[in-house]
Amino acid sequence: MPMDAKEIERLIKAHFPGALVAIRDLAGDGDHYAAHVIAKQFVGKTRVEQHKMVYEALQGRMGDMLHALALTTAVPKD
Amino acid sequence: MSEQAVQDWIRKTVAGNDVVLFMKGTKDFPQCGFSSQVAQILGHMGVSYRDINVLEDMAIREGIKSFSQWPTIPQLYVKGEFVGGCDIVREMFQEGELGQLFEEKGIAYRRAKMTA
Repeated sequence: MPMDAKEIERLIKAHFPGALVAIRDLAGDGDHYAAHVIAKQFVGKTRVEQHKMVYEALQGRMGDMLHALALTTAVPKD
Repeated sequence: MSEQAVQDWIRKTVAGNDVVLFMKGTKDFPQCGFSSQVAQILGHMGVSYRDINVLEDMAIREGIKSFSQWPTIPQLYVKGEFVGGCDIVREMFQEGELGQLFEEKGIAYRRAKMTA
């Protein structure tokens, strides 16, 4: 089942207040997205931990409703 | 297999093999673009690894997700430790961190030629 890019962005932003979130629809089919998330909450976390935090934000949709979300995460550079 | 038996099997498999890739399809015949990318990276680096085709066993397909607390396939394990899925493996490969990890863990791999 496809998912709207705005909904993905909303869920991530709700979970990481103040984060920068960029979503790209890769195939134009509402089912293959790339997300880049920059959040201060990632500081001191490994990549696996950072990605798990984003998956948590998506509340179980990843791997279910959302088939493909290419994810990159980063901490803000001050 | 019971859920517990599946978890035990996964634990034994990742402990008993230096590099394990849980994937859709096999290393020679991947059946998903993401699984294919990771298999290609490992192939490019000349790493020998065990491939587990989760499409052959629904219990393992679901069991690995709860084992690693990670919602998607592929999943790469090195020396019993979860390294990541496709995005993380690709990023680590591009940053040269995957080679470092193999180095640290004593896994034989082909070093990429350095360009000046």
